[in-house]
Amino acid sequence: MPKVKVNGVELEVPAGFTVLQACELAGVEIPRFCYHERLSIAGNCRMCLVEVKPGPPKPQASCALPIADKQEIFTTTPMVEKARKGVMEFLLINHPLDCPICDQGGECDLQDQAMGYGFDRSRFHENKRAVPDKELGPLVKTSMNRCIHCTRCIRFATEVAGVEELGATGRGEDMEVTTYVEHALTTELAGNLVDLCPVGALTSKPYAFEARSWELTKTESVDVLDALGANIRVDTRGAQVMRVLPRLNDDVNEEWISDKTRHAIDGLRHQRLDRPYVRRGGKLAEATWDEAFAAIAAKLATIDGARVAAIAGDQCDAESMVALKDLMTALGSPNVDCRQDGARLEGGPRGSYIFNPGIRGIDQADAILLVGTNPRTESPVLNARIRKRYLHGRCAIGSVGPVADLTYPVERLGAGPASLRDLLDGKTGFLEKLKAAKNPLIIVGMGALAREDGAAVLAMARELVDRLGAVRADWNGFAVLHTAAARVGGLDLGLVPGEGGRDVAGILAGCEKREIDVVYLLAADEIDTKRLGKAFVIYQGHHGDIGAHRADVILPGAAYTEKPGTYVNTEGRVQLAFRAGYPPGDAREDWAILRALSERLGKTLPYDTLGQVRARLVAVNKSFAALDQQEAGAWGGFGDPGNLSDAPFVSPIANFYMTCPISRASKTMAECIASRAQLMAAE
Amino acid sequence: MLADKDRVFTNLYGIHDWRLAGARARGAWDDTKAILDKGHDAIIDEMKKSGLRGRGGAGFPTGLKWSFMPKEVKDRPHYLIVNADESEPGTCKDRDIMRHDPHLLVEGCLVAGFAMRSHAGYIYIRGEFYNEAQNLQAAIREAYDAGLLGKNACGSGWDFDLYLHRGAGAYICGEETALLESLEGKKGMPRLKPPFPAGSGLYGCPSTVNNVESIAVAPTILRRGATWFAGIGRPNNTGTKLFCISGHVNKPCNVEEEMGIPLREVIERHAGGVRGGWDNLLAVIPGGASVPLLPKSICDTVLMDFDSLRDQKTGLGTAAVIVMDKSTDVVKAIARLSQFYKHESCGQCTPCREGTGWMWRVMERMVLGNAHIEEIDALDDVTRQVEGHTICALGDAAAWPIQGLIRHFRPEMERRIRARTEKLAAE
Repeated sequence: MPKVKVNGVELEVPAGFTVLQACELAGVEIPRFCYHERLSIAGNCRMCLVEVKPGPPKPQASCALPIADKQEIFTTTPMVEKARKGVMEFLLINHPLDCPICDQGGECDLQDQAMGYGFDRSRFHENKRAVPDKELGPLVKTSMNRCIHCTRCIRFATEVAGVEELGATGRGEDMEVTTYVEHALTTELAGNLVDLCPVGALTSKPYAFEARSWELTKTESVDVLDALGANIRVDTRGAQVMRVLPRLNDDVNEEWISDKTRHAIDGLRHQRLDRPYVRRGGKLAEATWDEAFAAIAAKLATIDGARVAAIAGDQCDAESMVALKDLMTALGSPNVDCRQDGARLEGGPRGSYIFNPGIRGIDQADAILLVGTNPRTESPVLNARIRKRYLHGRCAIGSVGPVADLTYPVERLGAGPASLRDLLDGKTGFLEKLKAAKNPLIIVGMGALAREDGAAVLAMARELVDRLGAVRADWNGFAVLHTAAARVGGLDLGLVPGEGGRDVAGILAGCEKREIDVVYLLAADEIDTKRLGKAFVIYQGHHGDIGAHRADVILPGAAYTEKPGTYVNTEGRVQLAFRAGYPPGDAREDWAILRALSERLGKTLPYDTLGQVRARLVAVNKSFAALDQQEAGAWGGFGDPGNLSDAPFVSPIANFYMTCPISRASKTMAECIASRAQLMAAE
Repeated sequence: MLADKDRVFTNLYGIHDWRLAGARARGAWDDTKAILDKGHDAIIDEMKKSGLRGRGGAGFPTGLKWSFMPKEVKDRPHYLIVNADESEPGTCKDRDIMRHDPHLLVEGCLVAGFAMRSHAGYIYIRGEFYNEAQNLQAAIREAYDAGLLGKNACGSGWDFDLYLHRGAGAYICGEETALLESLEGKKGMPRLKPPFPAGSGLYGCPSTVNNVESIAVAPTILRRGATWFAGIGRPNNTGTKLFCISGHVNKPCNVEEEMGIPLREVIERHAGGVRGGWDNLLAVIPGGASVPLLPKSICDTVLMDFDSLRDQKTGLGTAAVIVMDKSTDVVKAIARLSQFYKHESCGQCTPCREGTGWMWRVMERMVLGNAHIEEIDALDDVTRQVEGHTICALGDAAAWPIQGLIRHFRPEMERRIRARTEKLAAE
């Protein structure tokens, strides 16, 4: 490894490092605006100038300069000081003095670095530049006077989001960042532009003037609006969630989150269930917990366990799901299911239902086949990861399933199971590409599995994986992309029908035929509630959504930001979310509601504390013992060869912005939909 | 003074036929095969020995630049790119080469392209040079028709294709990496260096960008020998050079002269002298808009070559001599140049984007004397905050004229400020 000296301290750095990285390794902080680890190097802000020997007698941009052996780097010499102060002065001359009314204030790179390198007065006596603001859609607010032209936003849109809609027009001091023809950005990752902007030029529109960064309490959490399990930070003021920001996790979301993850949170303020309700005389009436429990106990007292069923929703924490399962077992009901969409994943070997290679595995794949999935809507951040892989080069990507613009070129191999069969039979050239790959990756989505012939499609995918030899000691190329954050956790905990039990379709059919009398919906809203027939419906959840409207008893639960919870993402990674605030009114943590109800029913669940519930999770499935780790699941037989339908695979996400009770209650998401619709109409 | 027999550009004034027949009569394309037969490295060595320094402004030794190209062609092709985006204010030498003697350039492209093992060359010509592009394109076509370009060019066994590309009129596209970006179809913004074009240039392939004049003199150097060329001028500043003399002279002109000729001699012998006589001279910008000006006291004796001008804290640049007599408002003249640089800054990097506008606005106030004396120092400091801190040399080019003005004409700037203050006080 090359040796360099940073301010006289010698250290070894990996070959290929830049001078800036070498300085960071040496613990020397280099100010910067345009440089960002995950974007291409622009070298245009000139803030990171350092002196390098040997080299020209002028400072060098450290972000773009590769290190060389025996190089000496100086960051504190008068030349460097002068250069940094000069650049800072240039950045400030046209930057408005509106920090007091700027949402970036308090977390602004320019503000922070001006403290270190700025002057206490201005030598600039001319007029400041005025730049018209741009309209970038309902999420990103612009104040272009503040722009320092670092081009991070342009590079993010072009490279990561894959939409070449941002660029710079004009030159010199007339250069403006714009969308050329003014329109909203057509990406599901627009919110990240706000995080990237080092100044207040791009700020969050829904969050505008809502809070100051130093007023907020910051809590680490996990996103549940898709199955990626993006690591997030929930910022609250009092009980209210003010905003959601990404946390760094290279294995999951790097540092991006989708717009739904970030901006659906205003849905947490609307349509909330804040007290129990009991249906009396056909109408839901407010009730106490005692009355609600009494109504349930009265109903269940006369009913056989086999006539009781439970469905767990898509955003449930593992704690509440294990409590539900345990309660159903205690009641003698085998009718438990966590697959609202009817996915034909039977909870067999773990390898059959997780994204085995991990999100990071996408980086290693050299041929990718998408089966029945549109990752751009099902998990935009994961889609960006595939795009990153594509940009890296030498990776064939094919798709059997829905046609969509995924931001990278995809070979269209057909629409449905027959096309997958053709591929297996070598009728398309893609099989050869998969065979030629060292690490082939088969991503199977719910569009392929959540259907009548899902088990047969799964068997076919299995056949493909076997034929490719894609499951080895060092690589498992079988990857299931879920759409529900709770799904892998539910399958891990065995929330599938027991011996002689019914699945969701069976439960609904049973309700219609009056074979099921009581249905327990644990935040389950994605079913056809009309089919619940005359059944007595208990709805436990946080939003007055589809499920609650049909309920006979409503038990108010907590949303994901309001309870400490364990979630398992699509790759089988167990992650903890912490409580950022308390649920509204009388609402309670979900596992505790089930525990309290169990006592009332005389079937007391054997845990009284969160710690005990978590011990129970580990007892049920020991994968819950390893937090934030990921490995390929156990491998074994799965899938069920059978008749295949002709119907094409359809992505389960018809509308990216509204997929759950929270996003359906969000005004911001509604605005996003309206904005997209307007764009489509304009085209 | 340069003897007629030593002239390279024998049709600089367009008196003779610029087409192939005329060019051949003047010696161009004379047994080019023999030059190519010397071999790639022999040509580069000969160019190194000739001491030719790049004629585009920076004066980097041409032979050395060619030698940076990889010695063998691997997975990526090599490219020769000719910078014909001549936009430096005051400069008009490449233009006359291309319209009056285009075959010198076309032959030079073949020779240079062969030397650096490239099979394709691109000439990036300034968009405004419409007639020049017509002539150059006609010359290229003639060369193809005569078997001088294309497959087995000149019977040498080397294939060489030459393409002409017209720019869209941005000064910055004369910066070599911005030119490459523009040639690739992108916005003309300079790239970060390293990597240098010889390692990763056009489309990421090894490339060399040369000025028109540097390429056009190459065949003559190779034909007459490096010793001949090195024998003209002064050590390290050898050969002949085109000077473009404009401004307050009696007969503005382009002229080929030997390097190191005294400035006064160039002006008096070729341009008919300064308007109103030598004593009426105020200042001269010796090398195009981007170099600091020289007051008369230095112009009296200074020699026109890279090293002597560098010793006077200015530069030879493109050898565009802009003469200003005593009727000139020198502050306004430099302010106009500042406006030019403000207009042409690409906007990519901070010091240039913000600094050029700032400098221009202060300069405009300096013209009127609407400033404080201390602001002259502040202005000088700002130019130094731009200089050397930018991605390309446009920042330096914007800073230097102002530095030259402050260095040599500070009393005039102060006089204006005082005059205005006094006038306001009197009112």
